[in-house]
Amino acid sequence: MKIAEIEKHLGKFRVGIAGAGGLGSNCAICLARSGVGTLVVADYDVVEISNLSRQYYFRDQAGMKKVLALQQNIKRINPEITVIPYQVELDAGNLPVIFKGCNLIIEAFDRADMKDMLIETVQREMPGVTLIVGSGIAGWGKSEDIKCRKIDDSLYICGDETLETSEELPPMAPRVGIVASMQANLAVELLMKID
Amino acid sequence: MKIILNNRDEVFDRDVMTVSDMITIKNFSFRLKIIKINGKLVSRDQYDSTYINDGDNVQMFYLMSGG
Repeated sequence: MKIAEIEKHLGKFRVGIAGAGGLGSNCAICLARSGVGTLVVADYDVVEISNLSRQYYFRDQAGMKKVLALQQNIKRINPEITVIPYQVELDAGNLPVIFKGCNLIIEAFDRADMKDMLIETVQREMPGVTLIVGSGIAGWGKSEDIKCRKIDDSLYICGDETLETSEELPPMAPRVGIVASMQANLAVELLMKID
Repeated sequence: MKIILNNRDEVFDRDVMTVSDMITIKNFSFRLKIIKINGKLVSRDQYDSTYINDGDNVQMFYLMSGG
């Protein structure tokens, strides 16, 4: 398949992105550049200068809602991509409504308890929707520890599964970017297998 | 009993084992984790009452903050 056909194929799909921080913003940009037609992005936060160390935003977007800033950035890259922004804190109640109709969902939260909530909710209430989770992005180096693992057809995990972010082990652009790209890469792989 | 744990054969020296028992034996001490048995998610409040049987396919991973 040539690139034009690949983009046409990917254009048919809708992917949910839960969180528009380091993983979510970078993954969304990757998917948009690949041609995934519709991206549903949910996050309650606004862009802060400190986010720019790893998140796909710009200085002049400080104070903007992340989902709207991301929509703006994707539009500048490819106006053909539809971004559906939800400035909301996701919970077990609104999640199945917001991500209804998505072929797959990218888990891109910061907090581990939110990751847990999302996995429980999607696995129990959204049968048939594949979930790609990020776990373990902290610090720098150790690229060889970052991997992508299939749990089963409905659940995949990307990251080192070991390191937790802290003051001494902050999230940084290279490692966050690797995991975000791995999540996007896996999403493209799975979407390319769908007729 | 013999099970598959994270895609590897694993033998436990006992006939009856709950999810909580497995967590203790394997020292899966980190608090936030996802456990699936034969593709079915096991909630945290069911770890004590859910049994793992011979031949089961068990998947476990930790949820690390950061993203």
